[in-house]
Amino acid sequence: MRARILVRPKAGILDPQGKAVERALPALGFVGVSDVHVGRLIELEVDDASQLEAMCERLLANPLIEDYEIELTGGRGR
Amino acid sequence: MRFGVVRFPGSCDDVDAQLAASRVGDAVLLWHADRDLHGVDAVIIPGGFSYGDYLRVGAIARFAPVMDAVADFAREGGPVLGICNGFQVLCEARLLPGALLSNISLRFVCRQVELEVVNAQTSFTRACVPGERLSIPIKHTAGRYYAPPEQLEALESEGRIVLRYAPGHNANGSVLDIAGVINERGNVMGLMPHPEHAVDALTGSADGLRLFESIRDHCAEAARSPGLVGA
Repeated sequence: MRARILVRPKAGILDPQGKAVERALPALGFVGVSDVHVGRLIELEVDDASQLEAMCERLLANPLIEDYEIELTGGRGR
Repeated sequence: MRFGVVRFPGSCDDVDAQLAASRVGDAVLLWHADRDLHGVDAVIIPGGFSYGDYLRVGAIARFAPVMDAVADFAREGGPVLGICNGFQVLCEARLLPGALLSNISLRFVCRQVELEVVNAQTSFTRACVPGERLSIPIKHTAGRYYAPPEQLEALESEGRIVLRYAPGHNANGSVLDIAGVINERGNVMGLMPHPEHAVDALTGSADGLRLFESIRDHCAEAARSPGLVGA
């Protein structure tokens, strides 16, 4: 089973990376951009998808500061 | 007494920590893959970039075999001090509350800062005077202390914010100017500044020695009355 795990800063925690990107876009002429947040995408193959939640809680994310979403994307290979 | 300084792949302040600790006692290095703490009286998790700090700072080091032994040692009341990356590791290992996030500036910051000793009654600060200022360097990219509001209230009301950046010296954006915190039991402390780099007036300040002296005094007292270890 292939899975994608999206890890992002928890709402309400200052995200300076997002802020830096938000400030950089208008400098390139892209206007009307707000509320930018930068997270991390983890892709993996796993035999037992029921383990994903525990993987996120214990290693892939730090639940104190990050939210995560697990998306199963189907069979093996890419 | 004997300090043990953990060496992970990627640690870089282990030798300075060992040299600093050896000014007040004996100090040995402990290998990350070792499950034995070799009978040390206090453990220091030093600064650096353990396991490359991949994924998140401190996230991988937490699973090193030696960390099981450190967690057992902490559960038994043994003193554990985490400095910089060591603080990050102890937070990831849930031995300390909170987390260290990227500096607000997103930049690496390296400078001498002034700290205020908020709690001088801990095993790590007992050689200090309450309200005293210590001049100690910081050097990090991810040193912004964060804890949820309810946890911050508990830390503050229980005197577990041990060190604060003095006004104008909070270079990373830490909440409540927090530079160092301690666990509920009072035997595990973490701080972002580097006391091991401030042990000789020749390099600017010897204030960092106060922490090592505190641990030495605590261990000496614990040796005289074994029932009080970690109290």
